[in-house]
Amino acid sequence: MEYLKKYPKLFQWLFLLIVFFALCFAIDVPETYKFIRGQAEFVKDPNQSVYFFLGKEVRYYAFDVFWRLPPLLGWLPIWINDSLFFLMNEWMPMEFWNEDTQEFKTRPILLQISRNLTAFMTFLIELIREILLGGLETIVAFTSWDFIDAYPWLELPGLPWTIVAAGAAILSYKLSGKGLALFAGLTMIYISIFGQWKPSMQTLSFILVAAPLSFIFGLGLGIAAYKSKRVEKALYPILLVMQTMPQYAVLVPALVLFGVGDHAAVIITMVVAVPPMILLTILGLRAIPPEVIEAGRMSGCTNWQLMLKVLIPTARRDILIGVNQVIMVCFSMAVISAFIGAKGLGFNLLLALNQLNIGLALEAGLCISLIAILLDKMSLAWANKQTDYFGNLTFFQRNKNVIFFAASFVIGIILAYVGTFIFKGSFNYLFEIPHNKGISTADFWNKGVDWIFDTFFVYIKAFNTWLIQDVLQPMRALYLRMPAVATLVLAVGAGYLIGGIRSALVVAALTLFIALSPWWDRALVTLYMATFGVVISCLIGFTVGTLCFQNKKSAAFMLGVCDIFQTFPSFVYLIPVMMLFGITDTSVLIAVIVYATIPATRYTIEGLRSVPVGLHEAATMSGVNKFQRLTKIEFPLAFPHMMLGLNQTIVFALFMVIIGAFIGTEDLGQYILKALSDKNGAGIGLTLGICVAFIGLIFDNLIRTWVGKRKKHLGID
Amino acid sequence: MSETVIKCESVYKIFGENAKKMLEESNGNVDAKTFQERGCIVGVNNASFEVAKGEMLVVMGLSGSGKSTLLRCISRLTDATGGKIFIEGQDLLELNNKELIELRRNKMGMVFQSFALLPHKTVVENIAFPLQIKGTNTQESISRAMEMVKLVGLDGRENYFPRELSGGQQQRVGIARSLAVEPDIWFLDEPFSALDPLIRKEMQDEFLRLQEKLQKTIMFITHDFDEALKLADRIAIMKDGIIEQLDTPANIVLNPATEYVRKFTEEVPREKVLIIEDVMDASSKNDLGDLKVSKDEIIENVAEKILTQEKLVGVVDSNNNIVGSIKPSKIIDTVFGGRKNGS
Repeated sequence: MEYLKKYPKLFQWLFLLIVFFALCFAIDVPETYKFIRGQAEFVKDPNQSVYFFLGKEVRYYAFDVFWRLPPLLGWLPIWINDSLFFLMNEWMPMEFWNEDTQEFKTRPILLQISRNLTAFMTFLIELIREILLGGLETIVAFTSWDFIDAYPWLELPGLPWTIVAAGAAILSYKLSGKGLALFAGLTMIYISIFGQWKPSMQTLSFILVAAPLSFIFGLGLGIAAYKSKRVEKALYPILLVMQTMPQYAVLVPALVLFGVGDHAAVIITMVVAVPPMILLTILGLRAIPPEVIEAGRMSGCTNWQLMLKVLIPTARRDILIGVNQVIMVCFSMAVISAFIGAKGLGFNLLLALNQLNIGLALEAGLCISLIAILLDKMSLAWANKQTDYFGNLTFFQRNKNVIFFAASFVIGIILAYVGTFIFKGSFNYLFEIPHNKGISTADFWNKGVDWIFDTFFVYIKAFNTWLIQDVLQPMRALYLRMPAVATLVLAVGAGYLIGGIRSALVVAALTLFIALSPWWDRALVTLYMATFGVVISCLIGFTVGTLCFQNKKSAAFMLGVCDIFQTFPSFVYLIPVMMLFGITDTSVLIAVIVYATIPATRYTIEGLRSVPVGLHEAATMSGVNKFQRLTKIEFPLAFPHMMLGLNQTIVFALFMVIIGAFIGTEDLGQYILKALSDKNGAGIGLTLGICVAFIGLIFDNLIRTWVGKRKKHLGID
Repeated sequence: MSETVIKCESVYKIFGENAKKMLEESNGNVDAKTFQERGCIVGVNNASFEVAKGEMLVVMGLSGSGKSTLLRCISRLTDATGGKIFIEGQDLLELNNKELIELRRNKMGMVFQSFALLPHKTVVENIAFPLQIKGTNTQESISRAMEMVKLVGLDGRENYFPRELSGGQQQRVGIARSLAVEPDIWFLDEPFSALDPLIRKEMQDEFLRLQEKLQKTIMFITHDFDEALKLADRIAIMKDGIIEQLDTPANIVLNPATEYVRKFTEEVPREKVLIIEDVMDASSKNDLGDLKVSKDEIIENVAEKILTQEKLVGVVDSNNNIVGSIKPSKIIDTVFGGRKNGS
């Protein structure tokens, strides 16, 4: 009884667990239940139950409601599909003038809007692509094909790679200094020499369109949300879901609305890249000291002047960090949207992985990673760069970067021109090195992979078999063995114990959505893979973080490593694991672990670092040793921050598990992948994405609530 | 009495959702406690006062006393919940946005506790900012800003960024910025509170020098009673949103109106604050000794001379007319006596 009074929470948790396990044992697995693999759902089976809602037919296998809830939301994806189809093809037909056929044509308004948007995006992408690589689409867009036939010299030649490399180096020098300039130059030269120029520039042109557009929209919406509580309230849930939604899942609706190609990819990239920009804009504007705003007001600023001359310049750094985020999201989307036909490095990577040509995949992946690091460092340097004073400099000093670029532009053109004489009849290496003429190391890597396989096959196989048979399969079986009711009770109970009624209701709503969707079993498989990944990632991350924290240098080094790893688009992680473990669940899980360890490590170090110096000194003066200090002072204080790391780890793990579907897992991701090739897939893809987002949000809600309370309790903020 | 520039009539500022309604119901009898129970916080409670042209009113109070809120009501950075505020006879609360901006662009300047400089602009650009907002062309605004730079003694640093300046220098920029449009009314919100004691004293002297020259109408907010005594023509002492006493420094020291005010005055070295005029006897001008002192002399400076006298000491004004007298024992009384029960 005394214990009960002393640790009431502990006993509440124990009680919850007892109820949970009691339910698990009390509810038997129905005899007819089996985990449904592959396509089974699409086959009409007389054993299936059927119901109709809103005129949609939903077929499912009925079980005891305690075991599995019926998919009462099964109509939702079908309904989304039908609505989309209706909006695109039947809603509000109008007459539109068609340039090509020179006549009016009746089209639904949304289709027309989508086509116009598509045309606009295509034009933008082509414009930048042709500046970098050459072509004639842009000229044709303003004139006609006949015109180009008459004046063939109008075709854009594209910039020689030397000019782009020099431009990147000069820009890096301006933003950061010699180090980054050298890195930029070397990266560009590497890309060129290894024959990745064309796909790289295609990817770059994609980003150069998507990033500025996302920036403009994000900034605009962020300002709107800052100004109006109502806008913020409307945006907030969307932002929350978009933060945890796997980027993969939004591809499918984009496919339906805008078709296949770069333009669809740009539009959908904006959908993903705008939310972080909005968040950082709001954050930056909120962080402005109120007195600065008052100073602006007292200077007699109108609202516009206040926004443009006071607020945005003062929040400059946060807004530019937003730009950094936008660029990174755009980059990772540039890779993923290869699934819906975006050209560039991502497409090559996807192709190579599909052909199991690890060498080629590795080359493309390296290129992607290098460009990602470069763009990340450049945009960060821009954000951290402080304004300089130019008034007392000479004309040359002020404009030296422009002058240098102009000079290298001329030199580049001369070099390219000279090149036409040197490389007569073959390719002009000083202009552009074609894809198949560069140095390729693919064979070397492929042989390396073969060698690894030949040499270590036995060990890898043994490890693989052990992991799958003795760990993963039993774990998966256990997760699937949970009756739906027991899971609900556990989730809602945890919500109640952590955050009271409010949390319990939120968690209940999120869990019910998944439970009532047709993919509860898949969600459990997703959850099992994520759990496995998260547990190991946290073990590694917390340990590595704690060890590295013992020394300032190693801590800084580790944070740097985390930075670099985080810039890689998630897809890249699949390359090395496929190299070693082939196409198995093990590969996915290892990729998950590597990817999710990053936030776990980072937050551990940051959390431990945030312990106030005064406390360190107080502890030292109390005579604690290093170990006591760690366990008695640093861990308890850093723990809330480390839990935020856990939150991030879960989100990262979920993302990777979903992308792992590409290798072939049996979770929600597999269905998203399937929806990509299904012409009615939009609703399914979106609903699946929401399911994954909700899994993330359940944990997000619980952890954030707990951390908030804990921080309040400890008096840190 | 010269003309009134700022006039407040029963100004209330109450934070909370139903503040306006509750204020109407209370008929001007605002009790902070009952308001708090209903979710409202009283910032300013029935403030009425006037500030004359060229006068410096110092509002003194501890943190949370509502002094900054009062200032923000008068500069209309926040809208007062009730009452009326007049700036040069104009009803401030009736102004529309455009008129308000016009007023701020031409009549008002404000200095902030945390300097509130724009981090992306240099010293001279910061100072020229209000002018450029107004639409003055670049050249003119920069040359005017350069004058201000000289005025506050920052020549040679005009192209520095705020991050490269010390706190005192940053506040000089803040002062220069607030003066750039030549405002008639000058608001200062704890301008020296964030500075080191030595720098603070230096800035106070500098501030007095500037005011000597410029003769602005000033509302100065501080939590430092000594600062208030040193600078003010009149002091308003605030507590929980209520103005406890509004009077000249001498009267506050000599006749504190409430127990709260008395606590501040207890530790004040009176001989440094009071002048002869504050303690002299204006009725008896006869039977004087040889020594005569000016009525504007601070007691500390003449105490020693007066104390050596046995007869009454004559007090003269600037034209050497006798306006009163002072007994040597009165000096001792003032400095040492009657602290607990007033003099």
